[in-house]
Amino acid sequence: MKNDNMTHLVKNGAIWGFIVLELIFFQVVGSVWSLSQSAFIDPGNMLLLLKQSAPIGIIAVGMTVIMINGNIDLSVGATYALAGIVMLDSMTWPIFVGLGDWAIPLAWLAALLTGCILGAINGLIVWKTGVDAFIVTLGSMLGFRGLVFMYNGQQPTYHLNWTMVDIAEWGAFGLQTSAFVFIGVAFLVWLMMTRTVHGRNAYAIGNNREAAVNAAIRVGPHIMINFVLIGFLAALSAVAFYSGSGSVNPNDGMLFELWAITAVVLGGTKLAGGAGSIVGTFGGVLAIQLLRKGLGHIGAQTETVNLVIGLILIAVLMLDKQLNRKGQEELKL
Amino acid sequence: MTTDRKPALRLEGIVKTFPGVRALDGVSFEVYPGEVHALMGENGAGKSTLMKVLGGIYQPEEGRIFVDEEEAVMTSPLQAKAKGVMFIHQELSLADELSVAENVYLGELPRKSLGRVDWKTLYERTDAILSRLKVGFTARTIVGDLSIANQQMVEIARALTREARAVIFDEPTASLTDAEKVVLFEVIEGLKAEGVGIVYISHRMEEIFKITDRVSVLRDGSYRGTLNTADTDEDAVTQMMIGRKLDLTRNEEHVELGDVALKVEGLSCHKLFQDVSFEVREGEVLGFYGLVGAGRTEIAETLFGLRTPSAGKMFLKGKEIHIRSPIEAIENGISLVPESRKEQGLVLGMSCRDNITLPQVDDMTAGPFVSDGAEIAIFDLYRDKLEIKTPSSRTAVGSLSGGNQQKIVIGKWLSMRPEVLIVDEPTRGIDVGSKSEIHNLLRDLARQGYAVIVISSEMPEVLRVSDRIVAMHHGKVMRTFTSEDVTEDSLIQAISGIESGRAA
Amino acid sequence: MAETNLKALGGLLARQGILVAFVVFMIAFALWNPRFIQIDNVFSVIRSSAILGVMALGVTFVVIGGNLDLSVGSLLSFSAIVVLDLHETPGFGPALAIPAMYAMTMGIGAVIGFLVGYLKLNSLIVTLGMLSAIHGLTLTWSGGQNMDIANQQETWFGIFGRGSALGIPIPVLMFGLLAAILAIILSKTPFGRKVYAVGGNGTAATFSGIPRARVVFLTYIISSFCVATAGLIQASRTMGAQNTVGQGMELEVLAAVILGGASLLGGSGAVFKTVIGVLILGFIQNGLLLAGLQFYVQFVVTWIIIILAVWLDIATKRGKFWSPIA
Repeated sequence: MKNDNMTHLVKNGAIWGFIVLELIFFQVVGSVWSLSQSAFIDPGNMLLLLKQSAPIGIIAVGMTVIMINGNIDLSVGATYALAGIVMLDSMTWPIFVGLGDWAIPLAWLAALLTGCILGAINGLIVWKTGVDAFIVTLGSMLGFRGLVFMYNGQQPTYHLNWTMVDIAEWGAFGLQTSAFVFIGVAFLVWLMMTRTVHGRNAYAIGNNREAAVNAAIRVGPHIMINFVLIGFLAALSAVAFYSGSGSVNPNDGMLFELWAITAVVLGGTKLAGGAGSIVGTFGGVLAIQLLRKGLGHIGAQTETVNLVIGLILIAVLMLDKQLNRKGQEELKL
Repeated sequence: MTTDRKPALRLEGIVKTFPGVRALDGVSFEVYPGEVHALMGENGAGKSTLMKVLGGIYQPEEGRIFVDEEEAVMTSPLQAKAKGVMFIHQELSLADELSVAENVYLGELPRKSLGRVDWKTLYERTDAILSRLKVGFTARTIVGDLSIANQQMVEIARALTREARAVIFDEPTASLTDAEKVVLFEVIEGLKAEGVGIVYISHRMEEIFKITDRVSVLRDGSYRGTLNTADTDEDAVTQMMIGRKLDLTRNEEHVELGDVALKVEGLSCHKLFQDVSFEVREGEVLGFYGLVGAGRTEIAETLFGLRTPSAGKMFLKGKEIHIRSPIEAIENGISLVPESRKEQGLVLGMSCRDNITLPQVDDMTAGPFVSDGAEIAIFDLYRDKLEIKTPSSRTAVGSLSGGNQQKIVIGKWLSMRPEVLIVDEPTRGIDVGSKSEIHNLLRDLARQGYAVIVISSEMPEVLRVSDRIVAMHHGKVMRTFTSEDVTEDSLIQAISGIESGRAA
Repeated sequence: MAETNLKALGGLLARQGILVAFVVFMIAFALWNPRFIQIDNVFSVIRSSAILGVMALGVTFVVIGGNLDLSVGSLLSFSAIVVLDLHETPGFGPALAIPAMYAMTMGIGAVIGFLVGYLKLNSLIVTLGMLSAIHGLTLTWSGGQNMDIANQQETWFGIFGRGSALGIPIPVLMFGLLAAILAIILSKTPFGRKVYAVGGNGTAATFSGIPRARVVFLTYIISSFCVATAGLIQASRTMGAQNTVGQGMELEVLAAVILGGASLLGGSGAVFKTVIGVLILGFIQNGLLLAGLQFYVQFVVTWIIIILAVWLDIATKRGKFWSPIA
């Protein structure tokens, strides 16, 4: 049966099972081989995980929505960099400088607006031209990156505002601002996808576009909203990260799109759209970050992380293929 | 039917043209509340265009639509729905990852503040509709977990979300079992009792005579008249549909038969078909007749190496063969003209010539390169033999007519000089003229000594070309007829599984 | 009607559009600055496009076969690092290092081909995973260090990137030669025909007895061969390489292939067209540089050109400029 309860369970629970396995593995290997003095499953360590996951995680949440809707966005890394530059640079604009620390929210707003506009450009092109989102965002990945360079050449953009750094470094319950932003975003977008008409329609469009069109769902505006959302989230990720670091390199954010997609696919979202969840993506993001930390913990070279993640992604795909087989009656194509 | 009442839905002189085609040429008909009105016509007669006009997907150039005698302009599917005109599509139009309720109210989920879905109302309303339909699942079930028949019920539930004035069923029984059909007919009776007008599109005569009150017929885009179902019979309707009497001529030609080309013993493929045995000789056309889903295509696919049989033996010219892939089938001289020309038969973007030589492109070479000369020779040979009409051998095959496309597929396999040629639905979606050309061609192949297997859902076709006919029902061979002893009635009885005869 | 005119114009443009655009672009720039079409400038453009171009040739096969390859950038870094490292390994030298590098690169190509062809996994995800995995492999191999050839005077390794024959730079010769060979394979051999069939309609290809899995597998072998060649040119030109030398190139390569008119759905495209796509990217960059603009302006221009090219293509096919999406 295609939709066995067992299959449902395996699919939805897989990422969390994987995380538990990771935890046990690194804890056991770390202590047995005494490669590390500290315990891996340490509260401080685990909370730090959330902060470290935040930049990719926030973007991955947006990517989940885009992919459930049946599209893809390759331009998020460039959007992230451009929003970061706009935020830091705007604080040096004469009209903002005079405002003192009141420039901070305005700079954030400018960055978020930039993200929304870039997202809207992608969404509008996908909607109005009918060109596939893969190609549209492949193009804008180059184009937005060009804009990044045009802003400040190949120079990094700096601006350090200590109030802003304090806000970014603020913490409670062992979590820092960016971790709260990540959790908050994941929660709100989860609400959107599970509770709102827009979210449910996004699923319907990704699942069966023709059915959605027949049911008079306006596909274009939904696509548009989701692209604006992912642009906004890419910018929010930049705001959360660069408020603390204060320096943007024009090559920042490269390959973010690929990391985000990896996390989303690990979390069980279908490439073809229509199925997937924010909770799964949250797990996917954590799993990747856990792997990074864990390999470091047991003394493996950090380089192996890429290798392991790549292989896991392929293994997940093979498993998924196996679970979806229709058995011996299948046509051999 | 009562004529003093107002029709629930009335069409008046609908005209719709596409570049070069007058798809609907002044079609008028009406359906009264509480009436089941059948709409019939051959493929291409204009039924689906008419439905799209009704559903607001196409705008007609001329003519008017009335719902309850009020003129209704349908410019979108939503508007059609708002006027109370509901559709149950032949191809399921469901989002299978979502719940039943979300599918039923797709596009109009009840809202609360902040754009939130009002789940309580949604589930309540959906469950209320489902209880009317007496189904065994709830509003929260995920559609992908339901059987095809239950998914069909979800489609029907969708039509009941608003007060429907007219419900249009487009081939609703195509994928239903007999038991499921009974439930569907009960639902239709229920709607009828509520005073809804029902348009029922189907090819299955027995259903038409079982549940409809009147029949309207379309042919070549124009309206050919309406009959009271009680006062007419199948022949009259058929004659109206095809414009002449149904040609049920049997094949009377017999070529002198050669050796047994293919012999199959006890072939089974899991649940798809079981214990199928037959043989076909050189110079013989063996017909396979049965309803869609009877397992005919699956047998062909198994013979061609696309499915792994669970039991049984195959002998080619007396030698046992084991075929695991199309490549091995082709090497053994078995060829298959598949059911779906566009999806399985042709690479539409490639030229006619490249399509014909595709299975043997490895042999079309001079040195390491594909030789134009060799390809043109093959192409010209079969273009002349099969009278393929194409501007040039370089024309993309996608731009040819259905009949010519089918001839390209047949030519592709004839050029491989097969021992056994299997043709699945040889004339699906092909105009009447080309149909008889293809029938003659199939007979011609038998005359040349080919062993031919023809699979068809059309009785006239099977009768016309076959020397013998295998009747199938639910994956089993019911009976094998010769062209002398076959009768329409016995054939229909055999494919319906003996006990059920023809509904009158 | 406007629509039919659009179709007629589109028919011409769709067939030769990219070539027409290229010629117009060249003439316009040449009139503006004659230096643009001087032979040394042309060579320098082709030479600087050669690495991207060689990779694009292989990806053309993959895309026509109906798949994607996002791992070529990563694989380029891998092959460059490996060939340099082996070159520096005592007892190896260029004569052994080069074939060993080809074998390893194509071995990875075979793995991808196996996963996509025989196991029928989604090529986007497989090559995305391989992008990451190969990057990890490269870093592990190099220990995170950049690679350099210590004694550059005593090796003939530099010939592939820096040498020239008959006044033509070797990278240009290699690009041209490979393009010619692959163009013939794709357009003239039974294998090429099968690639189009598999990408155009995989089901129909299977129903015609085409070994679909093997054909897809071979497209990835060709792609990895091209990447190995590009890696050789890269390593040889700079006599050293960073771990990330190919990073991001997978998408630039794809852009060139799409600009050449190949459909991501498979079944259409040509080696010749891809070469034009590569040259357009190269000459745009060069033209903008000659116009005194920074290299990164070309990113923005490329973006606009890609969208316009693909939009025009599908607009002519559907006969309407704007998409019918509601």
